[in-house]
Amino acid sequence: MYAVFKRELFSLLNSLMAYITIGVFLLVSGLLLWFFPDTSILEYGYAELNGFFSLAPFLFMFLVPAITMRSFAEERREGTYVLLASRPLTDWQIILAKYFACLVLVLFALLPTLIYYYSIVQLGLPQGNIDGGAVTGSYIGLLLLGGAFASTGIFASSVTKNQVIAFAVAVFLSFIAYSGFDALAKIFALGTLEDVFLWLSVNEHFQSMSRGVLDTRDLVYFLSFILLFLGATKLAIGGRKW
Amino acid sequence: MRGIALQPVKTAFSCHDRFKIETLSIQVEGLSKTYGQQKAVDQISFRAVPGKVLGFLGPNGAGKSTTMRMLTGYLQPTSGSANLGGFDTQRQSLEMRRILGYLPENTPLYTDMYVREFLSFVADTYQLERSAIKVKEVIARVGLGDEQHKKISMLSKGYKQRVGLAQAIIHDPSILILDEPTTGLDPNQLTDIRELIRNLGKDKTVILSTHIMQEVEALCDQVVIINKGKIVADASLTELKSKHQTDSLEEIFRGLTR
Repeated sequence: MYAVFKRELFSLLNSLMAYITIGVFLLVSGLLLWFFPDTSILEYGYAELNGFFSLAPFLFMFLVPAITMRSFAEERREGTYVLLASRPLTDWQIILAKYFACLVLVLFALLPTLIYYYSIVQLGLPQGNIDGGAVTGSYIGLLLLGGAFASTGIFASSVTKNQVIAFAVAVFLSFIAYSGFDALAKIFALGTLEDVFLWLSVNEHFQSMSRGVLDTRDLVYFLSFILLFLGATKLAIGGRKW
Repeated sequence: MRGIALQPVKTAFSCHDRFKIETLSIQVEGLSKTYGQQKAVDQISFRAVPGKVLGFLGPNGAGKSTTMRMLTGYLQPTSGSANLGGFDTQRQSLEMRRILGYLPENTPLYTDMYVREFLSFVADTYQLERSAIKVKEVIARVGLGDEQHKKISMLSKGYKQRVGLAQAIIHDPSILILDEPTTGLDPNQLTDIRELIRNLGKDKTVILSTHIMQEVEALCDQVVIINKGKIVADASLTELKSKHQTDSLEEIFRGLTR
């Protein structure tokens, strides 16, 4: 499994796509947080990163599918999947190897943003006046959110040969999971359905982690979300009509 | 028990040979694959033994590739079973894949990788020991020495084919399934690759599919011809020729598959 993971990661790092998407992610978040007056932390005046953490999920909605879209779709188009399928590897090993390779790239996109945190720590008055717990919780939440979006992306990539379709489907699924259930909860406000939809919403669990409280319920939610979509991926590639 | 070994062997095979044939052969029993109403492969059964090259022939669309994909466990058969080297292709798929080398149709490869990098990756998927040496050996064996530092996308068709063969034999499999291993090669490359396959066939069980009848003459000991998913001939090359009273394999092929 490590061999496949290594290959996937190298192949992602060899493609321009990864650098462009990570670059765009950092550029857009940097511009919005530091330069554009309406959203700038400097104009806002409070030493906190909430702006970044409410923006990042929407950027991830596009960043993560761009990273995951080729994983299975390209193998299907090029017919190379048989190279993996005829080796002594289980379907789960192949799926997890691809999934973790994408996740490492998400981590690479997230690492440089620690500079934002460092800057705020330095700019705070008095220096270091920032809620470290909330930031840590938000970063863990963001990583899990990236993991959840990556699982929908891997799934979308496994049902089509076309990378563009894989991208679009993944963006849609991520959007529904993030904002769609929230909206549904609002429609069915004050009923039991509201609780159900709120529980299903990625945003709700991400917000809960952003407060700096690591609740096992949120962890369980994210892990089941990821397992659900990776399991669906297993079904999609296990049938193998291609 | 030692006394038995001293007895002269009267049977055609020694105990060791028989063991080898039992464990390293390919046995196909009533294998079928149905897509909707269409029967791509219909109840085929045959057997391939070590030390012989089996030529798997048939017109385009006869079900050759589908059969080979089922043998490698890539496709699930609708019914029937296949046994490779003592391992059931469905129930013991992982064990079976360890002893199987497979060259798929059209030689799919990760074209963004370098030849050496790709072969190391393949070696790693089998968790081979001394994989660097194995990679070096296989590169020499298929004649990729001058191209080993190139990107696979830069290689000509013939060299890509060699990379395809290299990934199939790097783990020294006892069973080889080669789907049209010589398409698109020039005459020089053809001779090289055929020589390689002939050598591999000496101690392995090899199934190869092809459209080129001279290749069958040059390489194969046994011939299985399928047409519209059914086996129409399964015999040794000489049997086939004497039965149809002609020396031209092409004539036999046309007569059986028209």
